[in-house]
Amino acid sequence: MRWSRTATVLFVALALHAVAQQAPSPQQAPPAPGARFVVVIDAAHGGDDTGAHLSSGQLEKAANLAISVRLRSLLTARGFQVITTRENDASVDLNHRAEVANHANAAVCLSLHATESGSGVHLFASSLAPANPTRYMPWKTAQAAWETRSLALAGAVNSALTHAGLNVTLGRIPLAGIESMACPALAVELGPQRDADKKVTAESDNPDYQTQVASALAAAILEWRSDPNRTGGRQP
Amino acid sequence: MIPRYQKILFVILLIAALGMGFKLWQLRDRAHKRLLTGQTVAPTAAPAVAPAEQATLVVANDFDNSLVPQVHSLPLPADPGARARSVLGKLLDLYAAPESTHDVSGGAVSVDQVFLLPVHGSKNSGDQLAVVNLTGTFAASHPAGLETESLTVLSICATLRANFPAVTQVRFLVDGVERPTLAGHADLTRTYLTGDAVPVEGARP
Repeated sequence: MRWSRTATVLFVALALHAVAQQAPSPQQAPPAPGARFVVVIDAAHGGDDTGAHLSSGQLEKAANLAISVRLRSLLTARGFQVITTRENDASVDLNHRAEVANHANAAVCLSLHATESGSGVHLFASSLAPANPTRYMPWKTAQAAWETRSLALAGAVNSALTHAGLNVTLGRIPLAGIESMACPALAVELGPQRDADKKVTAESDNPDYQTQVASALAAAILEWRSDPNRTGGRQP
Repeated sequence: MIPRYQKILFVILLIAALGMGFKLWQLRDRAHKRLLTGQTVAPTAAPAVAPAEQATLVVANDFDNSLVPQVHSLPLPADPGARARSVLGKLLDLYAAPESTHDVSGGAVSVDQVFLLPVHGSKNSGDQLAVVNLTGTFAASHPAGLETESLTVLSICATLRANFPAVTQVRFLVDGVERPTLAGHADLTRTYLTGDAVPVEGARP
């Protein structure tokens, strides 16, 4: 009886010690090699929601899906686990898009858009003020806890796009869908590529241009995965 | 055989009919001109008697995603709501100009009304909510895109903030009713805080 009680106490103590050694700290830096790194690609619009009408005559929803497929292929080839919010011309609710990202415990979420205005690639992070993570966060402002890391991700993506010779503009704006995502998240909008005289050299649905942007985004995510200052997907 | 008096009556009636037709055409032409004049002048033009004042317009640029304050001199009415409408009308006139850095058609007539209301529950009793009622034509013709729509919304908020410091919040209506987005991207269901729209070399992270 005494031996069994002593053994139980010893077992519990050892178990607690082991758990204490294995539990991830909030500031844990790089994930262990081979850790699950999920990228969520959200091709914006779809179905009845056509998005913008591009100069080429194509609809934004089709251009978004095209670059989503390109990026998914590039990331999958590099060994990433990729989840897309839509694979065809389907109508997907903004809340459902956020649910997909949150259930996937994503390490990166990219919402893809295309437009005929502006120049180059427009990167947007949410304009929510950064907040400390709590166990239960309001659905509409969940992104606030990830805001700092979303801005860091924006820096990494900006660097990769600029390195690829693309013109990039950065901004922080209210983003209805992204504000409910509990992961580092960005909206990436492809504007037409322009020369120094602001003449369009490639529309946002140009396949070569899209491939160039998708390659730069894949390189940025690869860089982001190996960033020692990045922490994993979901915060404790 | 037609009697002479009937011939005379017929000629008189014919002349009267032609005369009335001519007069009707003249009146229609005059009314059309009056309507056109009214459309270009009436909605947002400030009264000619109002003195010209300086107003700060926060102008958007699509090419570098920036908001840049510019000072313009324009006649402004005394009523705050009409004044806000005139300022925003001038801003949208700049966007509709041929060399605009933020190409959006519509111009001054795109702002139907601006209502300035007290903010209930605010710490400062003087805080105001501006309700900007845009026309459906403006929303329908606005280019679609995250950047271009956000710049329009933020430049309106920042321009209101620059000229009416008491305005801390802005809401948007289109043809008097709430609309989900401006042209598919910028959320018009939320209340925008003007403090968030103040430009510092564009809103860059």
